[in-house]
Amino acid sequence: MSRPVSYQEATARERLQHLFNPGSFEEFIPPSARVTSPHLAQLNAPVAFDDGVAIGHALLGGVPVYVAAQEGAFMGGAVGEVHGAKLVGLLRKAIADKVAVVLLVESGGVRLHEANAGLIAVSEVMRALLDARDTGVPVIALVGGANGAFGGMGIVTRCANVVIMSEEGRLAMSGPEVIETANGVEEFDSRDRALVWRTSGGKHRYLLGDCQRIVADDVMAFRQAAQEALAAFANQPTALTLEALEAEQKMLEARLQNYGTLHDPVDIWEAMQVPDAANVPMLDVDSFIAAAASHRQGA
Amino acid sequence: METLNYRFEQGTHRLTAPPEVVGVVGSGNLEVLIEPAELNGACTIEITTAAVGFGAIWQAVVSDFHARWQLADTRISINDMGATPAVVSLRLDQAVETMLGEAS
Repeated sequence: MSRPVSYQEATARERLQHLFNPGSFEEFIPPSARVTSPHLAQLNAPVAFDDGVAIGHALLGGVPVYVAAQEGAFMGGAVGEVHGAKLVGLLRKAIADKVAVVLLVESGGVRLHEANAGLIAVSEVMRALLDARDTGVPVIALVGGANGAFGGMGIVTRCANVVIMSEEGRLAMSGPEVIETANGVEEFDSRDRALVWRTSGGKHRYLLGDCQRIVADDVMAFRQAAQEALAAFANQPTALTLEALEAEQKMLEARLQNYGTLHDPVDIWEAMQVPDAANVPMLDVDSFIAAAASHRQGA
Repeated sequence: METLNYRFEQGTHRLTAPPEVVGVVGSGNLEVLIEPAELNGACTIEITTAAVGFGAIWQAVVSDFHARWQLADTRISINDMGATPAVVSLRLDQAVETMLGEAS
């Protein structure tokens, strides 16, 4: 037995090594091509040879997939013009070749240094992702990095067919500091780590139906879940339908109506009648899945 | 930002593997891109660093690196975000060892 590898602590390139068949990852536009951000250079800021994302093709349990891995340690995985163009190019190639896509998301969202170019890049990623789904290409998003999936990349994640998270992973629109800055510490204390993870961490997302799978912080667990998700999409429709959108809208309306006045995720879990709600953050992943089973939404 | 260039002639150790990148451009860290290149037997190191004014220390670190490995026909490119000299040395060794297939 080999030692478990923490998904959260691994770099983007380590995740690529461990998630996919050994040696199967072949990179498009590798670091040696030196396609770096022109904006960061103009601002006299450090660049990365891959602009913070590695894209390419690989084998997931022997099945060919296209894959992108964002590096959270470089500017929080933020999406600049080049970074975004690499994601869009990968998705468009997946459409042309009819190959499933696995996104290893770790990003605070748009790279603010690149302003409009970054915003446009993220919107193009969303469009390309929905185009991929529309042509029958499934997209699987993995969220387990220290920087989570926020802002535009939080939206991109929720556009995917399947979202797989660990408890340590976080998924939301605005990050904790952003909420505190905009609405005050009484609204949200960004230094209260337990509160931050209760609110945007994998367990809450799983209970609310924002992610479909929750796994331990272990690359092999992510690998297993991604393989199963991929197999489940063989010859299944992947497109976003009007019915699915309307069901989603209903779910969000019900969420607001049922839980809109509650102040802490624990209150929501109690309202959902999750047994021993206050103890949910302490449960290991298997006990949590069992406790959540008949209570989680969107199941 | 500051860009520093070093060139060491007449190395003896040629690397033949495809290019490799190790490390990431994060605070106190750096990325090292190492690739074979026709350089008349030389090893070149180009450093782009956010910490300005540390040329003498870089000179010492890369000279030690060259003394350890004596690389020939190798181009090394570094994006640095304030890594300490010890971290730089370890990353440089990791880059060579990854190329040699020795890194775990």
